[in-house]
Amino acid sequence: MADAYIVGAYELPYRKAPDKSVAQMHGEAALGALADAGLTLADVDGYFCAGDATGLGPVSMADYLNLRLRHLDSTEIGGSSYVAHVAHAAEAIRAGKCDVALITLAGRPRQGQKGGLPFPGPEGAWEIPFRPVTANVYAMAAQRHMHEFGTTSEQLAWIKVAASEHAQHNPHAMLPRPVTVEEVLASPIIASPLHMLDCCVVSDGGGALVVARPEIAHGLSRPRVAVKGAGESYKGQNGGAIDITWSAGRMSGATAFAEAGITPADIKYASIYDSFTITVLITLEDLGFCARGRGGAFVADGNLISGVGALPFNTDGGGLCNNHPANRGGMTKVIEAVRQLRSEAHPAVQVPSCDLALVHGTGGFLASRHGSATLILERE
Amino acid sequence: MGESLLPAPPASPETAKFVAAAREGRFLIRRCTVCAKPHWYPRAICPFCGGETQWEEATGRGELYAFSTLMRADPPYTLAYVTLAEGPTMMTNIVDADPAALAIGQPVRIVWRAAEDGTPVPCFTPADQPT
Ligand SMILES: [Zn+2]
Repeated sequence: MADAYIVGAYELPYRKAPDKSVAQMHGEAALGALADAGLTLADVDGYFCAGDATGLGPVSMADYLNLRLRHLDSTEIGGSSYVAHVAHAAEAIRAGKCDVALITLAGRPRQGQKGGLPFPGPEGAWEIPFRPVTANVYAMAAQRHMHEFGTTSEQLAWIKVAASEHAQHNPHAMLPRPVTVEEVLASPIIASPLHMLDCCVVSDGGGALVVARPEIAHGLSRPRVAVKGAGESYKGQNGGAIDITWSAGRMSGATAFAEAGITPADIKYASIYDSFTITVLITLEDLGFCARGRGGAFVADGNLISGVGALPFNTDGGGLCNNHPANRGGMTKVIEAVRQLRSEAHPAVQVPSCDLALVHGTGGFLASRHGSATLILERE
Repeated sequence: MGESLLPAPPASPETAKFVAAAREGRFLIRRCTVCAKPHWYPRAICPFCGGETQWEEATGRGELYAFSTLMRADPPYTLAYVTLAEGPTMMTNIVDADPAALAIGQPVRIVWRAAEDGTPVPCFTPADQPT
């Protein structure tokens, strides 16, 4: 028996929220996940959100929802935060600090809501003048990977193709039309060498998760998803001795696999943060799904398409085609993995006998500094 | 192709001497007084050993490690990592160059650009570019 289970998961169905506040959206997501679990706000005694939640860390949202808490946490590692929150919730439950943990995310980037950090970090003086946005920082990682390993734009395009094949079955997906490698390559260059279709969507929205202790989880009617392994780390510029062809997934993945006692070959489904196609390719290498430098060959020819390839990924269409709420993709990555493990993904993309899934988040900037979190989840 | 003014770097006690030297056209990096390694971005505490660091003048020469031209910007500009002759790799912009003619490994040299508030910012240009 595991120490903690994901018992509730909910993704806001909308992708545009002109008439809702961010707090209201966190609340709608929370109520959705609790209803999915068969619990209520009164059952929650642990609360998690990231640093982008409206107000003072987790305090303002906890007050908005009027929660009664024994434990709160606002670990901020960008879009990977929510993957880490699941692990932190399981740890808090194991330590007896709470029984039912609620994790929420919401945001409205399409309504002009500003993302990014409230204050520049110590690197700000040395980087802000050069206008690293997001696309151009990830693009440098793609360029360097191409230079060192011969990775091609065609190989990166296969990642978008796989996501789009899945998105066609998701009625909420922002880009539901399957695309071809040729279409990806024909789309305009945004930040060389990345094309428009190498980039994820921008969407309003959000989601929530509920993690509970075993005694509570066993009293609920939903399938139980156990937290079997977790790891987190970060990677920076190493004092200027940089290598931008790999990510912190190398460390967080190793920790998670060691804790779970399994290997990448055991994983039936993977949710991989896909801010850009290159994010997926480098992550797959770092997690050990293929050898370093071989990511291009691994993702080509539909290997990530459910029912076609060896490693079905992002079967909701991912950030590349479905949803990237608040510019933070970690939450939806966990939610789709839960759907797969419950056999509640769309039948066209459901992985048969899906008992072990991996979730990986990359938060921040691949080629400068980022956090990462890896989860290994098991259907009980 | 025109250039737009660069956003101003936030000032801090750790950047003041760099900016003062830059106003005289001198490019400084920081080196550890304990382990002797240079690093980037400059900081008071050595990122390799925790030792005390000090400024030294650098050559302003290096080579392109990676770069990306942001085509959706108007005008487009080129973000880059340049590996300095002294060793560390730094984030910068490549200016006065045709992005299509740039290549990883290409020699580059420093060229100062003024930010919106007049602060000189270290950019780079191909080394064979006339001054
Ligand atoms: Zn040192």
